[in-house]
Amino acid sequence: MLLIHCPYCDDTLPELEFAYAGQAHVVRAPLPATQSDAEWEEFLFIRDNARGPHFERWRHIHGCGRFFNAVRDTVSDRFYTTYKAGAPRPDLASLIGEAP
Amino acid sequence: MTHFSALSLVKNALSGHKNWTEQWPEVEPKAEYDVIIVGAGGHGLGAAHYLAKEHGITNIAVIDKGWLGGGNTGRNTTIIRSNYLYDESARLYDHAVDLWQDLSQDLNYNVMYSNRGVLMLAHNVHDVQSFKRHVHANRLNGVDNRWLTKEECKDYCPPLSISPDARYPVLGGALQKRAGTARHDAVAWGYARSAAARGVDIIQNCAVTAIRRHPDGSVAGVETAKGFIKAKKVAVSAAGHTSVVMQTADVRLPLESYPLQALVSEPVKPVFPCVVMSNAVHAYISQSDKGELVIGSGTDQYTSYSQRGGLPLIEHTVAAICEIFPMFNRMRMLRKWGGIVDVTPDRSAIISKTPVEGLYVNCGWGTGGFKATPGAAHTFAWTIAKNAPHPINAPFTLERFRTGRLIDEAAAAAVAH
Repeated sequence: MLLIHCPYCDDTLPELEFAYAGQAHVVRAPLPATQSDAEWEEFLFIRDNARGPHFERWRHIHGCGRFFNAVRDTVSDRFYTTYKAGAPRPDLASLIGEAP
Repeated sequence: MTHFSALSLVKNALSGHKNWTEQWPEVEPKAEYDVIIVGAGGHGLGAAHYLAKEHGITNIAVIDKGWLGGGNTGRNTTIIRSNYLYDESARLYDHAVDLWQDLSQDLNYNVMYSNRGVLMLAHNVHDVQSFKRHVHANRLNGVDNRWLTKEECKDYCPPLSISPDARYPVLGGALQKRAGTARHDAVAWGYARSAAARGVDIIQNCAVTAIRRHPDGSVAGVETAKGFIKAKKVAVSAAGHTSVVMQTADVRLPLESYPLQALVSEPVKPVFPCVVMSNAVHAYISQSDKGELVIGSGTDQYTSYSQRGGLPLIEHTVAAICEIFPMFNRMRMLRKWGGIVDVTPDRSAIISKTPVEGLYVNCGWGTGGFKATPGAAHTFAWTIAKNAPHPINAPFTLERFRTGRLIDEAAAAAVAH
């Protein structure tokens, strides 16, 4: 069972309280009508599917209900950090260096 | 290599089973191959078998970072069926079921295909309606499938509880009698033996670290733990790790990799005659020839490459099994494991050429690749040999995510594959 820190509730809780919501920082184009088919494909379907540190969204569905972002290693499943939605992407090198 | 037959069995029994020869040789990679297949699972080894047997291409290496058949081929619950809703899927999976029927004869290797029937349980009105729709769609496509009332379900599978007080009451089921199970390891071994006999090199414990390309963009070969190997064509069949391998050739795929778990019980005498799947509660169960109950669970909600998976899913699955089959209440579970499955947005596979000349990919089988092994391998071999898809896998391209012609089995079923 993963233990996940909700940055809004400031509490570390079991995975059952949360819903995974896919890769983070996938930005919708400001003018969707101008997007090409290739750009739509990238936005809708193509994912990093990283083996190692992965930026991803979670939702505290049985708590505050809010979306937030996390950095998790997809090999060990260890969370490096979680941060509020809208916050900038944390620097990966310093995160991995600092992790206990 | 010994041809397996009743006669060879008797001869070797008389000589104390000391004269059996190895089934495939241990080889070092050559400097160059016509085709390199990345991933020695059922799909990859099968593709090598069909390339050699049907297309006359034998200068092939199948390379795996572990031992052959040690990935998802050795980790699945061995269920084989073809009762898919859409025409494209029905054709592809039924092609596989056709090939399963006499695969043992084709390979001269007993893959223990057993068409004991797959029963999919309906637990609510929505299930009943959608399964009946599946039955009708399957029949129009010539795919075996029929509707059973709950009493008929009980007749077909006596351990089933059809009590109306059950937490997940059974309202009926869809039965595909032609479906069943096979011995998963034997599938990999049989294909490996047959391919090796035709001259295919099987290189185990040698990770492919990168795919190299010529300056003109076409494929040049692969970097491996044993050095660079040149290849005219590279075919990737690496299941959950396909994205990782393909990224080295700058090809980004519509895949996400999730752990999928399964577990087995202690072995017991034969008690369970068929395969039962329950999509609403997401559990499936059969009994292996060794006597273990083989139980499949769902994927974890998060992407991961850890071949473990979380315990909440196991708890949920086992609870559902105990509700539907109360007689298994006290059964002890022996072990559980996870495999990494590559899932596409429409939950249909990709057997396709890629934007890179000479690079092919067979991936996206998600939670249901084992059943398709012969069909996928057969059409993938065709695609590699002819540099064009077989009519059966023509709809399963990479381009569909750009054109929007998805084969949306996820929307059709919203269930296990």
